[in-house]
Amino acid sequence: MAGVKYPAFDTLSLHAGAQPDPATGARATPIYQTASFVFTDSDHAASLFNIERTGHVYSRLSNPTNAVLEERITALEDGVGAIATASGQAALHLAIATLMGAGSHIVAARSLYGGSHNLLAYTLPRFGIQTTFVDPRDPEAFRAAIRPDTRLVFGETLGNPGLEVLNIPAIAAVAHAAGLPLLVDSTFTTPYLIKPFELGADLILHSATKFLSGHGIVIGGLLVDGGRFDWEASGKFPTLTEPYAGFHGLVFAEEFGPSAFITRARKEGLRDLGACMSPTTAFHILQGIETLSLRMQRHVDNTRRIVTFLRANKQVTQIGYPELEGHPDRALAAQLLPRGCGAVFSFDLRGGRAAGVAFVDALNVFSHLANVGDAKSLVIHPASTTHHRMDAEALKAAGIGEGTIRLSVGLEDVEDLIDDLSQGLRAAAKLTEVKS
Amino acid sequence: MKIEVGGNSAYCYTNGRVIDAARTSVVFIHGSGMDHTVWTLPARHFARHGRNVIAVDLPGHGRSAGPGKQSVEEMADWIVALLDALKIEQAALAGHSLGSLVALDVAARHPARVRALALVGSTAPMPVSDAILADSAANRHSAFDMLTQWGYSKRHQYGGNSNPGIWMVGATLRLFERSKPGVLGADMQACNAYTEGLERATLVRCPVLMVLGAEDRLTPPRSSKALINALPAPDVRILPGSGHTLMTEAPNLLLDALKTVL
Repeated sequence: MAGVKYPAFDTLSLHAGAQPDPATGARATPIYQTASFVFTDSDHAASLFNIERTGHVYSRLSNPTNAVLEERITALEDGVGAIATASGQAALHLAIATLMGAGSHIVAARSLYGGSHNLLAYTLPRFGIQTTFVDPRDPEAFRAAIRPDTRLVFGETLGNPGLEVLNIPAIAAVAHAAGLPLLVDSTFTTPYLIKPFELGADLILHSATKFLSGHGIVIGGLLVDGGRFDWEASGKFPTLTEPYAGFHGLVFAEEFGPSAFITRARKEGLRDLGACMSPTTAFHILQGIETLSLRMQRHVDNTRRIVTFLRANKQVTQIGYPELEGHPDRALAAQLLPRGCGAVFSFDLRGGRAAGVAFVDALNVFSHLANVGDAKSLVIHPASTTHHRMDAEALKAAGIGEGTIRLSVGLEDVEDLIDDLSQGLRAAAKLTEVKS
Repeated sequence: MKIEVGGNSAYCYTNGRVIDAARTSVVFIHGSGMDHTVWTLPARHFARHGRNVIAVDLPGHGRSAGPGKQSVEEMADWIVALLDALKIEQAALAGHSLGSLVALDVAARHPARVRALALVGSTAPMPVSDAILADSAANRHSAFDMLTQWGYSKRHQYGGNSNPGIWMVGATLRLFERSKPGVLGADMQACNAYTEGLERATLVRCPVLMVLGAEDRLTPPRSSKALINALPAPDVRILPGSGHTLMTEAPNLLLDALKTVL
C-alpha cells in the first residue's frame, strides 16, 4: 500500500475532529456554550434547515464542541459518524428509537448494565417493544431468539457483573444472517481495548461517563455508526429506507448512504427526543480521551496486579476476571481483548452479606459509590446497595452472591490499593473468625 | 428515480421530485467508485430553488445496474442517453473528478445539450498512479485507502468536518467499500486513458466554472493549468484548505461557487 498510513490511535485521541479555533487560534477545543447560531440571511437559514449546507443551528441538534467529540470517537472506533448524548442510557434509547417502533423486538444479552436491562425489560414494553434476553455466551441462543419482528441484537463487550466476553464475530454473523444490526455497548472496554466494528458490530454505544471521560465528573453518552450495515438489503428498517414525513419525504439511506443511520438519529432523534449533551460535558470528555490509552493501560496493569493479589487471599472464594485460568471466556478474551479485560470486575468474599459490608466499610482509598471507570478506585457491595432488596435466592439468579464485591480499579499506586484491600480483607476475616 | 437507459436500469436522485420539462435542469456526476450521495447537499439546494436535479449513479455504480462503462466517452454517451430518456433538451452539468471529465466530454461533443459546466476537482489529462491502477484493477482495499487518504487534504486526515459528527475519512472509505468489484478499477482506467480532454475543452461553448481544492493531492491546482487555458474563459475558484473531496471538505464554499453557474 504505497505510502498510505492513517494517523494512529494516540494521535487521533489528541487531534481527531479538532482544529485550532478559526476565530481565536485557541489550541484547545473551545466550549461553545451557546444555544443557537446566527444565520447570515434567510436563504442561509433555509439551507441549513433543509440539509443543503453544513453548520449549526441549535445546540440540541449539534454544537461545535460536541462535533469534535463525535468525530474523535468515530475516528477511534473507525466508523462514519457519532452523536453525543446526555448519557449512555440516552444513547441506547436513541439507537432503538431510530431503528424501530411499536411491534418490534430486540434480542439482548442477559448480562446487561441494570439501567439497560430496566429500559428493555420494563420501559420499552410500554411502548410496544419487547426484548428476549439470552445467554451472552451462546450465539445459538441469539439465533433461536430472533423472530420476524426482531430489529436489533444487543450486548455488552464485557457483561455485567460476570464479565462475559461477547463473541462479537459469532453474534454479528448470527445477526447479519437475519438481516439485523448488532449494537455493542463498549463502555467497559473503550476503543483502546477492543474495536467492535473491526469484529463485525454495526453500532457502538458508550457511557462516556466512565473510562472515556475517565475522571468521574460528567454524565454523557456516545452512539457511533460503523456505516457498513446495508439497511436497504435488509428491508427491515423503514425509518431509513422509506420517505420520512417528518422531513419532507427524505429517504435517509438514499441520500446519505453509509451515514444513513447516524443522520436519521440526529435529524429525528436529537430533534424530537432531545437528549443532547452539554458542550461543557463534551469538553470534559475530550480532555479524558486525550489520555485514553495511557489511562486504560494503567487501569489494566493495576487490575492485573490486584487480581493476582486477591487470588492468593483465603478470604476470596472466586474472582470473575476473564484472563484467569478457569474463566469460561479465557480463550475468547485472549483473542478479542489482547490488551486486557478492563478494570471493572467482581469477586466473592467468605462470610456473605456481613463480610461484604465490613470489607467495604474498612476501605479508605477505594470510594464506596455507584459508578465505574473513574481515575480513582471505586468499590460497591451490590447486596447491601444496588441490590439490597433482593434475598439470597434472587441475588443468585442475578449472578450476584451475598459476599460479591465489585471493584473499579483506578490509577493510584497499586501498592496503596493493595494495602487498602488488605485492610478490608482483614476486617472481613475478623468477622468470619468471630462467627466461627 | 429509476429509468431505463441503454437497456439497463439507471438510478438518479431527484430529491423525490418528478422531472418537469418547464424547469431548468442540473445533472450531477460523481467521481470514481462513488455514487450520487456525494452530491446530496447541493442537489437538495438546487431542487429547493426550482431546478430539476438529477444526481446520477453511473452504470454499475450505486443503484444503477449494468456493466460499468469503460471509457469517459462511453460514460458521456450514457449521460446524453439519460437526458434523452428524461426528455431533457438542455442541462447544466456538474462533475467531480472522473465525473468532471464526463461532463467536459458531453459539453464538447454535444454543446447544444449543455447550458453550463461546473468542473470540480478536475484536471486534464488525469493520469492515475501505477499503484492505484494496479490495486484497483485487483480489487484491493489498498486502492480505497490510497484514494481516501490522498483524496483529503493533510489537515482533514484529522477531521474537522463542518458537517457535525461525520468522520470524513470513514464515510468516504465506506462508500468505496460499497462499490462493486471491478467498478473502481474501470473508473481509474477510464481517467488514465482519457487523453482527449484538452482538445475537447477547446470545443466547449457554454459558461464554465472550475472549483479546485488548494490542498488537492490527486488533482492539484497546478496540474489544472492546461485545462484552464484550453477552456473558454472559465471562472476558476480555488478553495482554501480543501483537498480533492470538495463536496465534503468545503461544502459551503463549493455551493456558493456552484450557485454562480448552475
